[in-house]
Amino acid sequence: MAAGAELFSYLLRLGDDALILGQRLSELVGRAPEIEEEMALINISLDLIGQARLLLSYAGEVEGAGRDEDDLAYLRDVLDFRNHLLVELPNGDFAHTICRLFLVSAFKEQQYEALARSRDERLAAIAAKALKEVRYHVRHSGAWMVRLGDGTEESHARAQRALDALWMYTGELFTPDALDRAMAEAGVGPDVAALKPGWDERVNAVLREATLRRPEDGWMQSGGKDGRMHTEHLGHILAEMQFLRRAYPDATAW
Amino acid sequence: MKDWPVWEVFIRPRNGLDHRHVGSLHAPDGEMALELARDLYCRRGEGQSIWVVPAAAIVASAPEDRDSFFEPLEKEYRHAQHYRIPPEVKGM
Repeated sequence: MAAGAELFSYLLRLGDDALILGQRLSELVGRAPEIEEEMALINISLDLIGQARLLLSYAGEVEGAGRDEDDLAYLRDVLDFRNHLLVELPNGDFAHTICRLFLVSAFKEQQYEALARSRDERLAAIAAKALKEVRYHVRHSGAWMVRLGDGTEESHARAQRALDALWMYTGELFTPDALDRAMAEAGVGPDVAALKPGWDERVNAVLREATLRRPEDGWMQSGGKDGRMHTEHLGHILAEMQFLRRAYPDATAW
Repeated sequence: MKDWPVWEVFIRPRNGLDHRHVGSLHAPDGEMALELARDLYCRRGEGQSIWVVPAAAIVASAPEDRDSFFEPLEKEYRHAQHYRIPPEVKGM
């Protein structure tokens, strides 16, 4: 079994991805283009925050320092977050929001499928539950990719622009670092490079139907999951997300 | 997105029951209407099955047809209570 400190960091990676993307989507409350789609996106946001709760609670227990899910979500600063850069980027226009959600969800589908077979039983159970939700996220965001890409000239152009802008953030998902390798060796997590073919297949099928061009793999951004260098956007999310808890640290009920 | 058509949503709560009309929504096409129906009307485990139907496909009766459509008049013979059951018939 993996050492506590490593497992803790790994659980933060998983939990922070869900927390930050959930927070991003929650920004659309009252601002989505249609009320029906707003409900859909907020359902997804709440799914993600639910996943974050399970993962961060577990992380707090593994750490054994008395921190719970709320302490980890609301009282860590930028450098202690371990999410991929892709989830912290701003929503942008609707095409950009959907495109990011699709690229991340397609990755999470592969990741949770593998994690559902983890040697860590608690993580496997969380992943099995999250997988059911994430499959719907892929379906819904993928359906929108097709409608936007194969829609009007304007929607096609916006979807392609979003895809081109986001592509450089997809490399981090599949580039293993020392922690990924340690987790794979311990049988806790998957070899992230091995998740790529499944992701490629899913993404390529949707892009083909959406008549969108898959960007070339070029320079890839990194630094989120190892905490080396987040984008400037993460601090702004945290400012909004953590303000209340930090302003009223003694509050016991919300 | 302003011209999304209206869809009527029917949900079957459990196996063996009928689909019931639960409401309506706007969606660009059938597949998306199905997904949005799931998100709007099945958030608390309400359903086992969803139907969505374009509202434009529904042919509805008009309010002014009420008298000729729905007034029962004097047709009591259409009700079972109208018939006297002979004593020989048991267990009706």
